This record gives sequence, structure tokens and C-alpha cells, in this order.
Amino acid sequence: MRSGAAVLVEALRQEKVDLLFAYPGGSVIPIFDALYDAPDIKLILPRHEQGGGHMADGYARACGRVGVVIATSGPGATNLVTALATANFDSVPLVAITGQVKTKLIGNDAFQEADITGITRPVTKHNFLVRNVDELGHCLTAAFHIARTGRPGPVLVDIPVDVSMAKTDVPLPTEVHLAGYRPHVEGNLRQIRIAAEAINQAQRPVIYAGGGIIISGASDLLRQLAEKSNCPVTTTLMGLGCFPGRSPLSLGMLGMHGTFYANYAIMESDLVVALGARFDDRITGDVTKFAPGARIIHVDIDPASISKNIKVDIPVVGDARLVLEKLVELVHFVERRDWLARIEGWKKKHPLTYSSGGLRPQYVIEQLDEAAPDDAIICTEVGQNQMWTAQYYKFKIPRTFVSSGGLGTMGYGLPAAIGAQLACPGRRVIDVAGDGSIQMNIQELATAVQNKLPVVVCILNNGHLGMVRQWQQLFYKSRYSGTILEGNPDFVKLAEAYGALGRRVTEAKDVRGALDEALASGRTYVLDFVVEPEENVFPMVPAGEAIDRMIGGMT
Amino acid sequence: MTESKQVISAVVENRPGVLAHISGLFASRGYNIDSLAVGETENPLYSRITVVARGDEAILEQIRKQLAKVIDVIRVTELSGQNFVERDLMLIKVNAPAAKRGEILELAEVFEGKIVDIGVKHIMIEISGPEQKIEAFVELVRPYGIHELVRTGRVAMLRGVSGRPARAAESGEEKKSKN
Repeated sequence: MRSGAAVLVEALRQEKVDLLFAYPGGSVIPIFDALYDAPDIKLILPRHEQGGGHMADGYARACGRVGVVIATSGPGATNLVTALATANFDSVPLVAITGQVKTKLIGNDAFQEADITGITRPVTKHNFLVRNVDELGHCLTAAFHIARTGRPGPVLVDIPVDVSMAKTDVPLPTEVHLAGYRPHVEGNLRQIRIAAEAINQAQRPVIYAGGGIIISGASDLLRQLAEKSNCPVTTTLMGLGCFPGRSPLSLGMLGMHGTFYANYAIMESDLVVALGARFDDRITGDVTKFAPGARIIHVDIDPASISKNIKVDIPVVGDARLVLEKLVELVHFVERRDWLARIEGWKKKHPLTYSSGGLRPQYVIEQLDEAAPDDAIICTEVGQNQMWTAQYYKFKIPRTFVSSGGLGTMGYGLPAAIGAQLACPGRRVIDVAGDGSIQMNIQELATAVQNKLPVVVCILNNGHLGMVRQWQQLFYKSRYSGTILEGNPDFVKLAEAYGALGRRVTEAKDVRGALDEALASGRTYVLDFVVEPEENVFPMVPAGEAIDRMIGGMT
Repeated sequence: MTESKQVISAVVENRPGVLAHISGLFASRGYNIDSLAVGETENPLYSRITVVARGDEAILEQIRKQLAKVIDVIRVTELSGQNFVERDLMLIKVNAPAAKRGEILELAEVFEGKIVDIGVKHIMIEISGPEQKIEAFVELVRPYGIHELVRTGRVAMLRGVSGRPARAAESGEEKKSKN
């Protein structure tokens, strides 16, 4: 016989969890007590449960393993909601353990009670409320299984405090059978043949690759497919790193802040090959005008993603890697000289560009691209900092771009960087932030310092909530309602107060030196780049327009 | 895009929270449903949910897929277009003064209704059948005055047998393709 908390430790060991993020509270004290006797499982204490959730997420995205976060009942659990929604949107495998009030008190509005399974139902892949300690092992094994298989996602297990303390002799199952969960991973061969034939016949094909390529580990196969069939490749935000940015077949990112040539290529194509992507509105713009002359192939592991936003002609339900293994065999080289020449023409005519003079945020990212090693992990917050990073940093390797794509969570980057650094101790991890979003989870500097993590935070400090300010400038007559950040702290002193290093950079000539110094310091380091206050992210497709209706950033 | 109605039947795990999960799914994604009925099946581990949903084909397809994606949902079947039996059960309390009672009882008899309660001024009738029959009866008794009316929502089942009796199917039931 052992306690529920001991069953949890067993389950963590079975899943080879050697590190987790946990914030204590009344309902999880028995779990923390059991972890006290498990020196093989390192406990990282965030300064806020949301931070802990994003750390587990950054950990999972950087190394591909399931991230684990523990929080107490009530506010501890509700503080996880944003982190769970972030992970759910971007298909990140997480297991969240929450404490719950005693089973007898559930539903009685007890102290620190929240119906967390009810609250998180729409933002998790699945969740469990464990009412009996005999079921705990089954739920935990199932939680890890569901989180990491199929389309990965967060799973929450809510454990009442008396269940953690109760004894059971039910053994922990090594695997579980779930009647309602059988992910479809093998693509239908007949459909794959039809897709290959369409690629071989296409005159103007474009591959549109998303995060599914990275999650399934299909980057090498994607490159083979593109090269063998001679198809240009554009990636989504979540797909950055899945295809080498410097390849002549690369079109960079598409969509609202995508490259001119990626969007034009999609609109002029006769075949769109969507691989592990889900036709988000930031990609398609006006769906009725998206790729009007193209047939659409869609490979996705989630049947519900297919024909959700865009009617698909050739659906293939399956894991991107397993499907591509077969697809690569079936395609052959096609010249497509005219098509590639047209794309080359667009690239020459409309490259990504920005104005010179002053300290431009794009320049900081370009310098970072040069200063950081190829395997550096770049995390971002959300807003202009995220888009400039996506545009100007040339990602070469999968799992080096860690960013909240679907939910767009400000405050994600710093905790995610901490998680990524813990997952990959030997590598450089950088958080590109804005002066707005860094303040949403800045307390996690303490976590970075406590754990001696050499995370470098690059704040692109423009004194505004820049992306919203940009929309206000362009579409609301420059009425800057609530977007001017007066009263920002001195970020250098703040870093120092936390025991980190800090440096302010105001001139372009000092950027590279500051980056090199921070990257070499081996310390948590905050760089405060005071950039042009009203720089915009271009090109840009106004929301709801067709994606070739781009404004700005054209020479 | 033409709107149509579809009867969808789902076998789900019989445990707390599953119905809330499914009704929450419909609410959060803005799907229109006409009715939703739920009850235990021949196997107490499972419940069957019958949903009548409305929308164009793309939306109805999404509804089926999103339902199948729920981990506690074991199987989703679209019944529309197949040979199935559907029933809705209604209890209706009709205003029935002595002078009108005979007419109402006659109507109930034509519709194969059962008289389940009778008072000085009212009759309660139980009636079951397909939706059109129920609605036709409501319209016919409306002139007498309806005190109260309650319906179960539609339940439906395919005709014929799919090959396996319930007992053998217990462990083998699974979704064809889901995530």
C-alpha cells in the first residue's frame, strides 16, 4: 500500500520525468512531501503558476518531451488556464496536476475550491477529476498517453487532497486502453497516391508547412519532398525552423505578416500542399479569396482540422512523418521553370525591408541572427517583437523557435525560455520581448536567477504596446488609446535587483557587442534595446482581406 | 449553402461531466441544436446521446468531427440518410372542460396517445412518435388551450443489426478515426 502522492511519483518515474514545475499550496502539500523524497525529480519553483505552465510548455517545445506542471486548488489551478490554452492551441504535450479540495467538500464552495475540470474543458485535450485513489494510476498513465500521442496537447489531472493521502495497492498500469481514443496516424495509401499524382501534375505548386512537421519530426522528409518534387515551401509561424530559410525553395513565412512572395505564390498557385497546418485566419485572410485557382491537399493528424476553414480537395488524415515517408517515394522531379522564375522575380522585387536610421528593432533581430549559434533557441513574447523575429531571424533547425502562435499569449516568452533552457542546458536560449509583454511575467527573472540559467532577454523597448499601436495608427487615425507605456521601470536596474545582469543599448553600433557580451556571460542577462518608438511590422495584410492585398514594406 | 437538419447518434462514456462536455462543445463553437437526448445504453458503462443539429453540410461535418474528437466519445454515427427509427416522447396537459373532453380524447386516440392524468379541467396525454406527428398533434389541440408541454427530444436508432450483439461489442467499440 502507498499513498496517492506516491502513485504520482511512480507515474512520473514511469514517464521518465526528471524535472517539473510546481508551485505549492494547501491541497498539494502531500504531493510536495512525496516529491521531497524523490531527488531524481527536480522541482523548479516558478513565481506564478502561469509562469510554471509556460515553463513546462517551453520545455516540451524545446525537447519534444511532455512538460509537467503542478499547482494547488482554486487560484493556483485557475492561474494555469492561460498556459493550458496556449499549449492546447499549439499542440504542446503537457500534463498539469492540480490539487483539489477534499472529495467530501467538492461542490460546497470550500476554501480555494474551483471547478477546474469544468473551467479547463475547452482548453485542454482532456482532463480528469480523480475521486478515488484506486483510479489515480489509470488516470495518470492515460494523461501522459493522451498528452503525447495523436495531436499532442495538455491534459489536466485534478487530485483532491484526500486522494493524495489515501492508500491504494492498485498497481500503476504501464499502458491503458481507451475505447474513445485511437489516433489515426497512418495515412490512407490511396489518398497519398492521389496527392502525389496531383503534385506531379501541378504547374504552380506551393507547399505550406506548419507546426505539425516539427511535432512529428518530419523536417528532413519535408526537405526531401521539396527538393525531389521541386516545390517551393512557405511555412507558418509555428512551422519556422522546419525548412531551411536559406534554401532557394524557401519562401519564408506566409500570412498577415508573411513575405510578399509567399503570399503571392499561394494566391497564384494551382496546388497548395498543406502539411501539418490548419488554415488559421492569420494565414488565409479572406477565406473566400484564398488561393482561388488552387486544388488543396491537406495532411493533418486531426480529422477536425480538415475542411474546417477551407474546403479541401485531397484530405489525408495521418501523422505528417508517416505520410511524408510514403509521399516522398511517389513524387518525381518536375522542372517548373516559369513558376520558379516568377517567384524569383517577386523575391527580387519585394524583399523584406525596413528603413534605416536610428536603432531599428529589425536590425537588432538581424544582429541576433548573426550572433547566436545555429542551434540557439529563440523564444518570443507576442506582438511586434514576435513578428520581427519571425521575419528577420533565419531559423535553420526545428524546435529552435518557441512562441505562442495560436493563442498569442503575451508574457509567454520569458517563462518559456526558462523551460527551454532547462530542457537544453548546453544551448543558448534567448527571449525576444517587448517592453509591454516582458512585464506580464517578469517575476520569473527570479526563477532564472535562482537556477543560474544563462537566459538572455532582448527587450525591444519602444515605449508602446506596439502591435496595437500600429493598428491604431493604420486603421484608427492614430488614436493611441491605452497603448502608450508610461511608467516603465528601468529594466537594467530591475535586472540587477533580481541578481541578473543588465545593459541598455541606444545605438545601432553597440548592438552586436552587447549581444556577444550577454551570450558569453553565462548569466541571466537583460538587454534593453531602446528602439524607434513608432516602427511598424510590414508587410501587413489588413485583417479579413485577401492575402495578396499587402500594405507597406515594399520598395 | 443550404441548411439542413441531421440526426447524430454518439456512444459516450457513462460518467459525470461527459454531457456537460458535449453541451459545452456545442455552446462554445456556436453550433445550433434542436434537441439533445441522453440515456444509459444496454451496457451501463456507456450512454447514448442523440443530437439533432442544424447547419450547412460543412458545419454538420465539423459537428461530427468535433464530437468524435472528444476522448470520452466512443463512436459517432450520422443517422440522416440511413434507414433509422426516431421517436420523441411528449407529455401535454390540455385544457379540457367537460364539453370538449370527448373531442380531445378522440384526437388522442387517433394519434395513439395515452391518457396519463385526468382532472376536472384538464387531460394529460402521453404521445410518442416522429417529430412531425408530435407537432401535428400540438397544432390540433392548441385551440383548446395548452397548459404545459414537455418533450424528451429525439432519440433514434438504425434499423437492422450491425452484426455483433451488445455483450460481444463491449470491448470492441471504438471510433474509426479520431484524434
